[in-house]
Amino acid sequence: MALAGMLWPRTVDEATAWLAEDPEARPISGGATLVAMMNARVIEPHCLVNLARIDELRGIRVLDDGRVRIGAFTRHRETAECLALTSTAAVVPRAAAQIANATVRNMGTIGGSISFADPGLDYPPAIVAAGAEIEIAAASGRRSVAAKDFFVDWYTTALAPGEIVTAVIVPRPAAGGAAYEKHARVAGDYATAAAAVCIDAGGRVRAVIGACGPTPIADDTADAVLSSDRSDAAVARAGALLEARADPLDDVRGSAEYRRLLIPRLLLRAVRRAEADARGAS
Amino acid sequence: MTVAAISVANDERVALEVNGARVAVHAELSTTLLTALRDELRLTAAKRGCNQGVCGACTVSIDGEPMRACLSLAHGCAGRDVRTLEGLVDEPRMQALQRAFAAGGALQCGFCTPGMLVAAHALLGRDADPDEAAVRAALSGNLCRCTGYAKIVAAVRAAAHSLGGRA
Repeated sequence: MALAGMLWPRTVDEATAWLAEDPEARPISGGATLVAMMNARVIEPHCLVNLARIDELRGIRVLDDGRVRIGAFTRHRETAECLALTSTAAVVPRAAAQIANATVRNMGTIGGSISFADPGLDYPPAIVAAGAEIEIAAASGRRSVAAKDFFVDWYTTALAPGEIVTAVIVPRPAAGGAAYEKHARVAGDYATAAAAVCIDAGGRVRAVIGACGPTPIADDTADAVLSSDRSDAAVARAGALLEARADPLDDVRGSAEYRRLLIPRLLLRAVRRAEADARGAS
Repeated sequence: MTVAAISVANDERVALEVNGARVAVHAELSTTLLTALRDELRLTAAKRGCNQGVCGACTVSIDGEPMRACLSLAHGCAGRDVRTLEGLVDEPRMQALQRAFAAGGALQCGFCTPGMLVAAHALLGRDADPDEAAVRAALSGNLCRCTGYAKIVAAVRAAAHSLGGRA
């Protein structure tokens, strides 16, 4: 079926009204994923709701309470260069800076990226580690979910039909540091495995593993271990706890076994880099 | 809100601004900018390599930034400033790059070269004297299967130096 219509809503309400009216319509953001899938004929939508002209979805701003709102249409490059996302929140721009390559970062958007929810993406572990909230809109109203609850399964999110992501809200940056460590076959590839770590000034740690299962992997006990003891042995214990939660696939980017081996190693690297960041040394 | 007011039916013409000229192009809604450029406007510098946004051979400038023509829908480019290599060849920065690529043997089959040049042109626009790491980062989305990249990186830096670091 050929693409028969393209809609250009100017507001979120218009966009969600269209999506409610036509359940087969698909929203399109930067196009970096959707157009590639259309070119490969993996999907053939008959109607696209183009989100490019909706002001509410654009740009990054600091809210009155200090949280940072990244509009869903914000391109990766803009997020990577954002000066408001500092200290613990810097895990988000550090992940953004490692997405694909400079040209694709000029096109792809945070809303489109997380809605696709490929497990190898850079944003999911980073926004879960940052403790971000996902702002969602539908014709029936608005809601928000924690990033950790947004990713549900392989390529599956908490978005219901007719819903779109409108923003990613990052908590007010807290004194401390952050790191995003990615292992990929070549520059610009999806992650084979990744580790996102945030350490606040009180030493509390949040560690999240990406690309080693259907959704980002976190473990409260691992975070508790890392928050009290970050010796090599303790980081190894935390790595083992995270690895126990992993459910990696064998694919062209690496075997499941190889991914399991990467988890504690990337975690150690990320913890050390986040500690250095917190000390102002990176 | 009516359908007619904000929707585009298929098989329409789209008004594009390509290389400084306004052109009306026949393009179905699913037609990419790359297809419109190559098959309708006969601007064939941008190449169709992977058609998946991976290889970079289709790189063009949109509103001054390098982007993938194969991942851009033609209808989504209405009102935006599209520049292909053909539209950049009169610029001193591009001429310096082309001279440096030719002099330095920075191409073999040449298929990736237009994309490399457009991406390098954008780099020199914001960094007049990039070091090797900056060149490699800027070109990391452009695949070359012939040269091994060393001569391409050297040519971009040579072009910057030929412009006196004032690219």
